[in-house]
Amino acid sequence: MRPGFGEQLIAEGDPAVAEDAERLVEEFRRQLDAGMWAAVPTTTATGSRQAELVRAFDDIPAGTGRVIFFPRAAGGAV
Amino acid sequence: MIVALCATAIVVIALLWEITTPWLDRTLDARRRRKLARRHAQDAPAYDPGRERRAEQRARELLKSCVNEEEWAMYRDLGLLRVWGAQADGPAGGRGLGGVPYAYLVYPHKPIVAYLPQTGRLLHEYCVEFPDESRPYGSARLPDSDDVLAKWMALKGDEARLISESNMHLPGRQVDPRLVQRDIWRLGQWERERLARARKRASGGSPKPPAARPADN
Repeated sequence: MRPGFGEQLIAEGDPAVAEDAERLVEEFRRQLDAGMWAAVPTTTATGSRQAELVRAFDDIPAGTGRVIFFPRAAGGAV
Repeated sequence: MIVALCATAIVVIALLWEITTPWLDRTLDARRRRKLARRHAQDAPAYDPGRERRAEQRARELLKSCVNEEEWAMYRDLGLLRVWGAQADGPAGGRGLGGVPYAYLVYPHKPIVAYLPQTGRLLHEYCVEFPDESRPYGSARLPDSDDVLAKWMALKGDEARLISESNMHLPGRQVDPRLVQRDIWRLGQWERERLARARKRASGGSPKPPAARPADN
């Protein structure tokens, strides 16, 4: 999610392919270094939609279709 | 005589030089700046009036694909999301709710409001933003639906972290409590109607047709 633009595709690939995985890891780190938070939308066994914040590429659950990056939260107007 | 004239001329030229040099510098600087600004204006993309609208449409699709069907319908119909709190002691700043269920109302670009659904009592406002840190000054905002989705994901993923990053206030600091109470009432009405429709569907009954008007003759 990019302010002013909304959703933008940053990178895509198959983590099972070494070349893609390397690129995805690199992009993941770059986004986190830029101060973004990473979230993975998930669905529980009961069908309820949830989200998980991940801090490392290895924390992404297997089979995840997408990781959403959004700007880090900060205290708003005081 | 000639020597005196030459000396005078030299002094006049020196004085003129002193006066004109700063003026020349300023003129050349302004010219350079204008040239640079023209070049930047040519490089910058033209203003696209539909960009934000398209961004919001994409954001709505993304939100719809992430949240529950009920939550999406709630946002579509009421313009807000209710997210149930998951902390045992209640939200930060609370004096311990003793396990009483609490929830948050999530609005686009407004503080998150914590409240007790059973009584409708407002607990706190949590002011939180998602600023673009690569452009700290005058950065654009997330589209409305992206802002709601970011809050939803952060609350679902790490409620305590989001609340700790926010600025906490008593209710009424930024959001009018009367409007929040009205929204809680609207949400209740909306849920009752939705439940009634679901029951009707489950019982297999179609909505009752309007009563036939008696014949005029």
